[in-house]
Amino acid sequence: MDVFSNLPLPFLILSFLTILGALYVVTSKNPVHSVLALILTFFTISAHYVLLNAQFLAIVNLMVYAGAIMVLFLFVLMLLNLNKESEPIKSNLWGFAAAISAGLLLLVLTAAFQTSGIAVMKANAEGIGLVKNLGRVLMTEYLVPFELTGILFVSAMVGAVLLGKRDKNDSVKSEETL
Amino acid sequence: MNPIALILFFPLLGFAVNGILGSKLPKNVASWLGTLMVLMSFIVTLGYLNQIASDVENSIKWNAYTFLNIDGLLFKASFALDRLSIWMTLIITGIGTLIHLYSISYMDHDKNPAKFFAYLNFFIFNMLLLVLGSNFLMMFFGWEGVGLCSYLLIGFWYQNPSYGHAARKAFVMNRIGDLGLLLGMFLIIKNYGSLEYADVLPAIAQGNGGTVLLTSIGILLFIGAMGKSAQIPLFTWLPDAMAGPTPVSALIHAATMVTAGIYLVIRCQALYSLAPMAQELILWIGLATAFIGALIGLRQNDIKKVLAYSTVSQLGFMFVALGVGAYTTALFHVTTHAFFKALLFLGAGSVIHGVHERQDISVMGGLKSKMPITYVTFLIGTLAISGFPLLSGFFSKDEILANVFHHNIFAYIVLVFSALLTATYMFRLLFLTFHGTFRGSDYSLSDVHESNWKMTVPLIVLAVLSVFGGLLNLPHYIMHSGGLLSNWLNPTFLIFENPIHAEMSTEIVLISIAIGVFLFGLIYSRNQYITKGLHPESPQSGMGNVLKNKFYFDEFYDKAIVKPIEFLGDILFSLFDTLLLYGATFSVHPILRFVGQLNRKIQNGNIEYYLIYMVGAIALLLGLNLLLA
Amino acid sequence: MLSIFHSLEISHYIYLSTVLFSIGLFGVLFRRNAIILLMCIELMLNAVNLLLAAFTEYMGDKQANGQMFVFFIMVVAAAEAAVGLAIIVMVYRNTRKTDVSFLDQLKDS
Repeated sequence: MDVFSNLPLPFLILSFLTILGALYVVTSKNPVHSVLALILTFFTISAHYVLLNAQFLAIVNLMVYAGAIMVLFLFVLMLLNLNKESEPIKSNLWGFAAAISAGLLLLVLTAAFQTSGIAVMKANAEGIGLVKNLGRVLMTEYLVPFELTGILFVSAMVGAVLLGKRDKNDSVKSEETL
Repeated sequence: MNPIALILFFPLLGFAVNGILGSKLPKNVASWLGTLMVLMSFIVTLGYLNQIASDVENSIKWNAYTFLNIDGLLFKASFALDRLSIWMTLIITGIGTLIHLYSISYMDHDKNPAKFFAYLNFFIFNMLLLVLGSNFLMMFFGWEGVGLCSYLLIGFWYQNPSYGHAARKAFVMNRIGDLGLLLGMFLIIKNYGSLEYADVLPAIAQGNGGTVLLTSIGILLFIGAMGKSAQIPLFTWLPDAMAGPTPVSALIHAATMVTAGIYLVIRCQALYSLAPMAQELILWIGLATAFIGALIGLRQNDIKKVLAYSTVSQLGFMFVALGVGAYTTALFHVTTHAFFKALLFLGAGSVIHGVHERQDISVMGGLKSKMPITYVTFLIGTLAISGFPLLSGFFSKDEILANVFHHNIFAYIVLVFSALLTATYMFRLLFLTFHGTFRGSDYSLSDVHESNWKMTVPLIVLAVLSVFGGLLNLPHYIMHSGGLLSNWLNPTFLIFENPIHAEMSTEIVLISIAIGVFLFGLIYSRNQYITKGLHPESPQSGMGNVLKNKFYFDEFYDKAIVKPIEFLGDILFSLFDTLLLYGATFSVHPILRFVGQLNRKIQNGNIEYYLIYMVGAIALLLGLNLLLA
Repeated sequence: MLSIFHSLEISHYIYLSTVLFSIGLFGVLFRRNAIILLMCIELMLNAVNLLLAAFTEYMGDKQANGQMFVFFIMVVAAAEAAVGLAIIVMVYRNTRKTDVSFLDQLKDS
């Protein structure tokens, strides 16, 4: 793979961190550690976004993903008291199977890319990722989906609340904090 | 409408109507309808007699339908009414009408006479197809059709399983003969490129075809005739066929179907004239049959069985005539035999009817006072078959004997002896049934009654024909221009040799021998059964026993042929059927179940497994897409 | 900003994204804890986001369609995370476990 010879250092370091973080997410025994590793991964991905002239996305990524969603995960983890991971260890065979499947897909995608021969494009327009530009596009081209996301959120909220409601037929005793 | 179509149409119509609507019609209507249809065919045939008679070459043709045309080889449904076929048609429809009339009364108490008449009409139709066909194909069609009708009619009272077996036996034996017939036909197709009589026979007559070929075809066709006309070794079905109602025996197994083989040989006269070895074969087999049939008939105690063996024997006589090249004589004997054998069978049926369904002559005797018409007609029939001078049988049998005498002395002696036996057993039958003291134990003489007019009128008509039938072919010493039938038929033969006319002195000797034979039979039987008052023999040992058990032919066939085939069938069944067929069929289910069980394990409800399957499938699809795009 | 990195090509980002995706996929297949499972799904989504953003940059798309797509992906991911976690809490209430291997009722008996 001769493409790796001229890589700039920042990119290398960032990618390295990203992949490391991702690996730790999937292999850690402690779920809290997994969450924290994922947050780190998000940070690095945001850095990638900055590199890619997608500044707004970088910030939104941090705010929404790392800030809100991961906190939510952490919150639920704490709620369920899963600090000490009592997850039974999966058999090695299973690990192999999962690794092989994932690896297979990786292989196929890579091969697909190799044969596709994407033309190298280098034109980059400054400022395409700035809020001003994105905002304009959002409000003109993507207005309808934008409004629809509002409805989506409402339904998600309603759904989450409904699902989280406790009703009388629960098998859990009332003293539980859940 | 073409007259042939008309002749064929009536019996077919009768079959259709009686077959479909029969059970809904009143019994009388169905019965009379069937009879009427055959009568119509007879009348139509009579109407065209004149036209055919006027010239030798005259014939009415009808090309109904072409089944197949394979590269010039035509398979046609075509018919021709020529001299030979019109003669046969008159016999078939004429005697057929009489027997239908008889059956109206005979089958009156049966619960489904309409079915009977439907079958009878269908039989007449097929027999007409056989004789009216102008090619081997239609002949074969009719051949098989009459075999089928024979099966249906023999097994008419199929509720009795032994009748069903008899029907099956008749059919199977027939089929064995048919193999020969088919092979002969195949040879004809291969060598002459056609099945039409008008194509093949003139070609043969002109010398197209070596002796070996002609002999092979001749023998093969004769094998078919052996099956149909009950010659040795394929004759054991005929006595068993007596299981059918008596009119069936009269029509099919005396007058018409069994003569189909003889018709076939007469039709192929050109072939047999040029294949002397085939003719010799016919002669000797016919001779053997005539002799053995007569022997067996001597010690049978069932009226119909005696007549059955008599038929076998008389058919042997006819084949002997064919074997010495006396084709017209054979046809003459066919005609007279039709008259008196039908008469005898119908008379036997009348007797059976009169003594309330008994057939064993051991319990009969002295019936002549109670059944006068039946007795007189039966007597006439017996006289005719035994060769009483100037009756029909006398002339026909004598002509055969004369022709054989000029061919082979040994055959002549055997044949004369067979004629002697014929006279003996026939008079035995007559005396034991009608004369002497009444021997019935579980019924009395006063119960015996004569049959009604529908049965006695045919008897009388046939009796008259038996008496005067000889006029149809008077020998040359009476009528110098030749008999009627000779002049009728001889010109149609493609290879004709003038018959040898013996000197008057030889003729007188032969006639004397014939009369002597008749007298011997009469006197001997009279002596045995009337003067000495012997009862019908039940021999337990010795030659009599062998005769009574019909030379153990059936037992031999059973051990030698039937049992091995059944054994082979069992082996093959357990080998192939059980293993392969059943095995293959019944193993499909377990295999499918097993595969299904395997597949079931995939659905274990576990998400993780499902996810792996999904990922695997996606990878596979993408990969395939990549490879194939 | 990318202009300083002339040697960085789209293929690099494609590889990175694919690797991240595969790692996330591996996590989904391997982990039994439902919450971790959801997190790995988020990882996969992010990999895709990265790729989309890379494409807008490399195609010089003035309209930033790719980034818009990322935007909406984030929206959906957020909603899905919320609802998914609610479901997991429900399941925990009923089964006292977060192990997905216990959710195997929908099977052939």
